[in-house]
Amino acid sequence: MQFTLSNEDLMMRDLFRKFTENEVEPIAAEVDETEEFPVETVKKMSELGFLGIPYPREYGGAGGTYWQYINCVEELAVACATTSVVVSAHTSLCASPIYEFGTEEQKQKYLVPLAKGEKLGAFGLTEPNAGTDASGQQTTAIKDGDDYILNGSKIFITNAGYADIYIVIAMTDKSKGLKGISAFIVESGYEGFSIGKKEKKMGIRGSSTCELIFEDCRVPAANMLGAEGKGFKIAMMTLDGGRIGIAAQALGIAQGAYNEAVKYVKERKQFGRSIGQFQNTQFQIADMKTKIEAARFLLYSAADKKQKKMPYAQDAAMAKLFASEVAMEVTTKAVQLFGGYGYTREYPVERMMRDAKITEIYEGTSEVQRMVISATELK
Amino acid sequence: MEGFKMKIVVCIKQVPDTNEVRLDPKTGTLIRDGVPSIINPDDKAGLEAALRLKDEFGAHVTVITMGPPQAKMALKESYAMGADRVILLTDRVFAGADTLATSTTIASALKKLDFDLVIAGRQAIDGDTAQVGPQIAEHLAIPQISYVSAIENKGDHAIVKRSFEDGFQMVKVQYPCLITALAELNEARYMNVKGVIDANRELEIETWTFEDIDADPAKMGLKGSPTKVKKSFTKGVKQAGKVIEGSPKEVAMAIVDKLQEKFII
Amino acid sequence: MNINDYKGVLVYIEQRYNEVQNVSLELLGKGRKIADELGVSLTAAIPGSGIEKHAQLLIEFGADKVILLDDPALELFTTEPYTQALVQAIQGENPEIVLFGATSIGRDLAPRVSARLSTGLTADCTSLEISEDRLLLMTRPAFGGNIMATIVSPDHRPQMSTVRPGVMTKMEREVGRKGEVVKAELKLEKNANYVEVISFEKEQGTKLDIQEATVLVSGGRGIGSAEGFDVLKDLAKELNGMVSASRAAVDMGWMDHDRQVGQTGKTVRPDLYIACGISGAIQHVAGMEEAELIIAINKDKGAAINTIADLGIVGDASKILPIVVEEIKKINASKVIED
Repeated sequence: MQFTLSNEDLMMRDLFRKFTENEVEPIAAEVDETEEFPVETVKKMSELGFLGIPYPREYGGAGGTYWQYINCVEELAVACATTSVVVSAHTSLCASPIYEFGTEEQKQKYLVPLAKGEKLGAFGLTEPNAGTDASGQQTTAIKDGDDYILNGSKIFITNAGYADIYIVIAMTDKSKGLKGISAFIVESGYEGFSIGKKEKKMGIRGSSTCELIFEDCRVPAANMLGAEGKGFKIAMMTLDGGRIGIAAQALGIAQGAYNEAVKYVKERKQFGRSIGQFQNTQFQIADMKTKIEAARFLLYSAADKKQKKMPYAQDAAMAKLFASEVAMEVTTKAVQLFGGYGYTREYPVERMMRDAKITEIYEGTSEVQRMVISATELK
Repeated sequence: MEGFKMKIVVCIKQVPDTNEVRLDPKTGTLIRDGVPSIINPDDKAGLEAALRLKDEFGAHVTVITMGPPQAKMALKESYAMGADRVILLTDRVFAGADTLATSTTIASALKKLDFDLVIAGRQAIDGDTAQVGPQIAEHLAIPQISYVSAIENKGDHAIVKRSFEDGFQMVKVQYPCLITALAELNEARYMNVKGVIDANRELEIETWTFEDIDADPAKMGLKGSPTKVKKSFTKGVKQAGKVIEGSPKEVAMAIVDKLQEKFII
Repeated sequence: MNINDYKGVLVYIEQRYNEVQNVSLELLGKGRKIADELGVSLTAAIPGSGIEKHAQLLIEFGADKVILLDDPALELFTTEPYTQALVQAIQGENPEIVLFGATSIGRDLAPRVSARLSTGLTADCTSLEISEDRLLLMTRPAFGGNIMATIVSPDHRPQMSTVRPGVMTKMEREVGRKGEVVKAELKLEKNANYVEVISFEKEQGTKLDIQEATVLVSGGRGIGSAEGFDVLKDLAKELNGMVSASRAAVDMGWMDHDRQVGQTGKTVRPDLYIACGISGAIQHVAGMEEAELIIAINKDKGAAINTIADLGIVGDASKILPIVVEEIKKINASKVIED
C-alpha cells in the first residue's frame, strides 16, 4: 500500500499551486483586511474549472478524482482560507447533494451550471436554535398546490449573498420528527427569499457569512431534493463529505503557517545565531511537521475511501477533527515563533491563526466529530 | 476568409528552472537534483500568443519539442493549456546538438507539417543563445521577425510590431513566416482542470524519431555541430573585500573615505 | 577551401538611424587586439544607406579596411537584405572570425548569417581569447548564468560570436589613422524572405543608458518602495551617475526595465557600483561584477553581495545614504572655493 501521486495528480497540484501563488497569495491579506468576497478570484477559478472538479463531463464537471478536488481546497488554503472555503462549500455542500440525490432534471438544471462554475452554490441547515443539535429545524415548508411555502431563517451560511443556488433544509412535517425534514433547491431570485445581515467574524473574513430569511417564499415542488422526509439524512450525508473539504482547508492552513515559520526561524537572528539553531525551536518544528503529515494521511485516506465508494463517514470525521486541531496548534505555535512580529498584521501568521479556529467549529464541531467517531466504535 | 483556419506551430523546449539552480558552496558545482523542469519562459509566451490567435481566429495549434522522453511533460502542459496537437522529436541521433544541428533537426520535422506561422521563444534559459528560432527560419527559407511585441493576424499575412532598443517598426510579413517571442510579450494562461485530465487520459503524444524525418544524419547531433564545448567551469569567486558595521554616520564616512581614496570625489 | 585559407577578423558594424552603435566600436577594439595577436587584418563591414561618412570613424577606432554595404534597401533593418549583404561581404573576405554585437538586431541577424554559411555561432560571449592553435576561445555564461562554458568551432569557418554591449572596450581613438575603404558591389535579390516595413518610430528623447554611466547607484528589494529610490537619485546626482536596479525592484514596478542590471537586464562595467538593498543573487552579479569598485549596503551581514564587494556595509541604506550625500555636497562645495 503506497500513496503515490500520478502524473495527472502532480500536474493538477502544480496548476493549483501556481494559481495560488500568482492569484490568491498576493491579495490574501487585503481580502482579510477589507472583508471583501474575492469575486475576481472566483471568476478566474470558475474559468479554469475549479468549481466542478469531481463531477462527470456530462454534468459540466471536469471528470476529476475526489483527491484532485480536495487538493484544490488544500492548496488554496495554504495562502488563503477564505478562497478555499468558497470552493469547498460550493462543491461539497451544494453541488454534491444534487449530484448524489437529484433527479436527472434537477442535475441538468442546477448541477450543470454549478459544475461549470457559471453559478455559485451554498447550503443552509444551521439556525439560531439549531446548531450542533441540527434536528431542531424551525424553518417550515408547507405544501401549497405545486409549491412549498418556506418560512424561517438560517444563520452562518457560507457564500450567502453571492451564491445563486442554495440547498435549504426545512421541516415539512413536524409530527414525524427527524423523518419530517426535507431538502429543497432554492434560487437566489425567488420572491420571499432575502439575505440578512453579514457576520463580522474572527477569521475567514472575506468569506460571505450571512443570514438567509424566508418569508412566504414559494419553492416549486419539483425543487424538493430527494424524497419528502429524507432531508435530515441528506444533510448528514452531505456534511460527511463536507468534512473532508474542511479537513483539507485546515491542512492547507497548517501547511501555510508551517512554511512561514520555517522561513522565519532560518532568518531571524537572536543571541548571535538564527533561532532555528536552538533546540527548542527545532523540536517545535519537528512536532509541527509530524502532525501535519499525520493529518495529511488521515485526509488522503478518507478521500480515497470516498472515491472508491467505500464507507468513509468515520474517516472523514477523524480527518476533520485531527486536521482542525493541528491547524489550531500549528498556527498558534507559528505566531509564537514569530514573537512580536507574529502578532502584527505585517506577517500572515496571525491571520492564519484566526482562520484556523473556524475549522474546529463549522460543518460539525470537534465535539460532533467525536460523537460520530465513537458512535461507530461503540455500536 | 470564410472557412480559413490558421495553422500555427510552436517550438518549445523543456529546461531546468535555472532561477532555482544553486551552486554547492562546498564543491562549487551545480546542484541539479530537485530542480524542477519547466517550459522555457520565452517559449511559453510564444505558446500563449498562438493560443490567443486560436481564441480569436480559431487557429489550429501544434506544439513540437526536440528533447529526451521526459520532455513529454512539457507537451502535456502545452496540451493542458489548449494546444491541439503535440509532437515529441526524440532520438539518440539528435543528442549533443548545438544550435545549428538543433535547428536543422527541428526544421526537417517542420517540413512535414503544414503551417502559416511558426512561433519560437527568443532564447532558452539554459542555453541562452537565442539562435535556434532564426536558424529554423533560414533552413525553411521563410522570413523571420524577432523581438515581436504584438501580432495582428490578417488572413494571409500578419502585421507585427518589432521592437528595437530605441524604437519599433510595424512590419507586414507574408505567411508562412517565423516569429520569435519574448517572455514579456504576454502573461501565459494557466492549464485548466479539464486540460490536465485530457492531457493524461486522452492524449496520444506523437513521437517522431530520425526515421520519421528526412534529414542528413551528418547534420544531426554532435556530428552536425560546428561548435563544441571545450570546457565548462563555475566562475571564480571575486575576492571579498572588507565588511564593516557601525552607526549610520560611521559607515557613511567609511564610504566617503573610500570614494576619495579611489578619486571618485 | 582549406580552413587555413580563412584569414582576418571581420566586425559587423551596426547603425540605427544612420548612427554607428557603440557596441560596434567596442568590438573593433577587441577585434583589433585579436587581429594583432593573429597577425591579420581587421575589417569592418557596415550595411546601410548613405553610410560612407562613417568610414573614417571606423578606421580611427581600429579597422584596417572598411567595406561599405550601401543600398537603399538597407536603410532600415530587415533580416533578409542585411543577411544577403553580410554573407556577400564575408564570402568576399573569407575571414576566420566574425563578430556581432548582441543587440536586438545582432541577435536576429547573426544566427541567420551563420546558418546560411553553415557555420557555428556562439552567443553572448563575455570573453574571447586565442588558443595556441589559433582557435577562437569563446567563453559565455550558461544555465542562467550559473556556469561558464568555453566554446570552439574547430572545423568550420568563419568562427562567429555575438558579444553584449558593455563587455569589450573601445580603443583610444586614433585621429587621422589611415585605412582602406571599399564600396562593395552588392547584388541584393528580393525573395520570399523579404518583409515590408510599414512604419517605424524612434523613441523620443535621448534615453539615458545605464551602460554608458561611469557611476551607478543601484537599488534592490531592500529599498522597499518607489519613494525609497529618491535618496539613490540624490546620490547619483552628486556623483554624476545614474540609478539602476535589480530585477526584484523592476518587478515591483519601482524602476523601469531599462534600468535593470543582470542576466535578463543589462551588463554594466562602471567605475563605481553602489548596491543598496541588493542581496547579490547570481543573476544580478553576472551583470555587474566587472565594475571597478563595488560598494554594497545591506541589512544582512551574510548577503551574497558582500562576497564580491570591495567594501560591504551592514546597515540601512535609507539612513546611510542621506549622510553620504551631505558629506559629498560639503566636499564638492569646498572644492569650488579652492578654485
